Amino acid sequence: MTAAALPTGRRPARSYRDMLAAGTARTLRRRHFTSRVMIALTYAAAAVAILPLILIVWHLMREGASSVNWDFFTRIPAAPGDAHGGMANAIVGTGIIVLLASAIGLPVGIGAGLYLAEQRNGKLATVVRFLSDVLNGLPSIVLGIFAWGLLVKPFKHFSALAGGIALAGMMIPLVTRTTEEMIRLVPVSMREAALALGYTRWRTSLAVVLRTALPGIVTGALVAVARIAGETAPLIFTAFGNQFWSLSPTQPIAALPMQIYNYAISPYDDWHAQAWAGALVLLGLVLVISLAARFATRSRFGPGGD
Amino acid sequence: MDPAATEPAQVPAIGVDALDAYFGASRVVRDVRFAVPTGEVTAIIGPSGCGKSTLLRCLNRMHETVAGARVEGEVRFDGRDIYEHGVSAISVRRHIGMVFQRPTPFPTMSIRGNVAAGLKVLPRGERPSRRDTDGVVEQALRRAALWDEVKDRLHTSAVALSGGQQQRLCIARALATSPRVLLLDEPTASLDPISTQRVEELVYELRSQVTIIIVTHNMQQAARMSDRTAFMLAGELIEYAPTNSMFTTPKDSRTEAYVTGRFG
Amino acid sequence: MTYGSVSPITPPPSAAVQPRVRIEGSSTGDRVYRAVTTGMALVVPVLLVLIAWVVFKAGWPALRAFGLGFFTDSGWDAVNGHFGAAPAVFGTIVSSLVALIIATPLAVGVAIFLSEFAPRWIRQPIAFFVDLLAAIPSVVYGLWGILVLVPAIRAHFMPFVKDTLHLGDFPLFSGPAYGPSMFAAGVILAIMILPYISAVTREVLMAVPRSQREAALALGATRWEMIWDAVLPYARSGIIGGIILGLGRALGETMAVTMVIGNRHEISASLFQPGYTMASLIANEFSEATSDLHMASLMAVGAGLFVITVIVNAIARWLVWRTARAGA
Repeated sequence: MTAAALPTGRRPARSYRDMLAAGTARTLRRRHFTSRVMIALTYAAAAVAILPLILIVWHLMREGASSVNWDFFTRIPAAPGDAHGGMANAIVGTGIIVLLASAIGLPVGIGAGLYLAEQRNGKLATVVRFLSDVLNGLPSIVLGIFAWGLLVKPFKHFSALAGGIALAGMMIPLVTRTTEEMIRLVPVSMREAALALGYTRWRTSLAVVLRTALPGIVTGALVAVARIAGETAPLIFTAFGNQFWSLSPTQPIAALPMQIYNYAISPYDDWHAQAWAGALVLLGLVLVISLAARFATRSRFGPGGD
Repeated sequence: MDPAATEPAQVPAIGVDALDAYFGASRVVRDVRFAVPTGEVTAIIGPSGCGKSTLLRCLNRMHETVAGARVEGEVRFDGRDIYEHGVSAISVRRHIGMVFQRPTPFPTMSIRGNVAAGLKVLPRGERPSRRDTDGVVEQALRRAALWDEVKDRLHTSAVALSGGQQQRLCIARALATSPRVLLLDEPTASLDPISTQRVEELVYELRSQVTIIIVTHNMQQAARMSDRTAFMLAGELIEYAPTNSMFTTPKDSRTEAYVTGRFG
Repeated sequence: MTYGSVSPITPPPSAAVQPRVRIEGSSTGDRVYRAVTTGMALVVPVLLVLIAWVVFKAGWPALRAFGLGFFTDSGWDAVNGHFGAAPAVFGTIVSSLVALIIATPLAVGVAIFLSEFAPRWIRQPIAFFVDLLAAIPSVVYGLWGILVLVPAIRAHFMPFVKDTLHLGDFPLFSGPAYGPSMFAAGVILAIMILPYISAVTREVLMAVPRSQREAALALGATRWEMIWDAVLPYARSGIIGGIILGLGRALGETMAVTMVIGNRHEISASLFQPGYTMASLIANEFSEATSDLHMASLMAVGAGLFVITVIVNAIARWLVWRTARAGA
């Protein structure tokens, strides 16, 4: 029995047996010691890995909690020095941009997901699946440039809609992938049962298959929403930001991540405090949406479920 | 052997002539011809891979739902060839129902919703009103011997039922559109013995109202339940006879080998 | 009342003049459904082509004026209209490299911990927290970076390296300790890409069959030797795929980087000096772009970023796909 017997074909410098034979107790002790040290290092790695998370959340709470007050949620930004500013318009702005993005991203993503799940390995399906992955990997700032070139430059003004389109471009590959996965999970027998009852193909796809996969698809949609709600870079060129209330899709609009950014890089302490508060609220929002998404699937498989 | 010698005197519920079924280039059902009498249970038996399920799926135009699959030949139902131009596969499937091996209740619908599922897609003129639907649902569940067990929880989820109940639910679902023929593809294969027995009993009782064709790999089941049996091997119909004579005095040596358990 | 009285199979009235009935998708509803879903699917390639076209068109004036040397020239002078993106390209590469060097051992270590050694009760929570790192928005990282991490680096880490370790004259750590620096960017990026590398590594490690582990142990390996000799080599290309995936993410990261890197057009050997990355350059100078050529130069940087990330992500996907196939 030599180390060459290892399935990976990898050979340690000497076989374990040789190592065992030569110098017996001392070498073995050394090897065990090394093993224990390395394992301890992996424990340390785990501790170090979660450290930033703990630090960030702690700082957010410490610096931001005091500024998260009624004013924060109801008032628009004020000049530095004025203690009664808020980010109300930015929070609403984020909501509007996310809505615009979802209005485009969800139908396209679900439709494309249905197509990919039903066409499986067809030529177009394979190409679309690959390109969807490529789209997914694009930096968000590139999508911002795209929306800028498409909607801001020609019309010479920033708009919430342009921001929505940039974010929709990020949503589409995410929703497409989760939709395809969820649809594929629905067993073929369900489709056949519907067809055998006299359902047409489209009705089977929508009223039976899509309906069965819906909780998973909703989860995927919520996860995508949480992802785009925190994006800043694409909005810099498109929605641009707005100091005042605005609900119009064709005007520049404030958004929470952008507001945080602007305040964070400013030299003013009370703006910094507002930035912390904004970050706390934003993180809270993202977490709540992610948890809601997880909850949506969990209840499906509750008692009596499959 | 000559199927004509055992043809029933009355008009058959389904008549099959020169039927070939293909998956791509591979022919899995070869030149099958037989006639299924009305009001009886006809069983199709044979070893794994002999094409019996495929043959069954040709009878309600389900075979063609698989990519690359096609059918040639004729299947006559109600005076027409169901594969003729101008005949819609959808309407065929409303008149020839099917129950599959694994129970597949729709998980997002209640028990009532499941049974009524086939009614929802009937053409507008034939769709029953809400009140009439309740009546149809009850009648279908009674015929499937499930009514007493679920009548108090029609609006609860269908997946909460046991396996045997789910299969009876699927039978009720298929019966709701009042098909004249019911195709059963190994319906008790995934059920426990008690549920199997209940399904066999209810199917046998149904035959006066609906013509039944059942595919089964269980010879004893065929012997128990059917009036006629067809034996298939490698895509061909080898023998087709009243069940008693098929099992006691098979005419073909291959049939004899199969029913005496020498293979399959 | 049964519905046996439902009309027997009769052809629709216009059957006489209907063309040969198609077996699949013959109803109008089916045709519409097919058309709509195909249309939605086609949005993806169309969108990608559109993005490429818009970005390259916006950057074309700069590429035409400076040629491909745009990416290798230094000197970003808005006043005189000369733009060279080399510092940004350099910074992108260096910051990503630093991030990978820091993140990879940590991520792989965590993954090994979670898949091999962690007690059952701690596995879920730790995995959850590590994955949570991926959910934190970039701007929150940037905020924490600029208000907490950078001051801490300036006040503690840089003096420690320069004075206590006497490495201040070493080129890698030279220069005044401002705080915002390539190093800070590398650290923030490392935290951001760690969950991605860790998730892929975890998946790949779990896919290594038990027989591998048992074979090594049966031959007399210690637990660590089993990991090092039997498990890791088996999972190697998947792990590399995960690392390249993390690289892809780091290359495109914008907000957190622009808030901690100092935003200076400078190529420096020192990690403690400020710099630029391609993404942070675009974000930072966009609102101040003075001329059309300035704007086009920024867009050209964006086009370069587009190309780099597409290539890197394609390589990553291919590697991960290749492991999946090999294991299947």
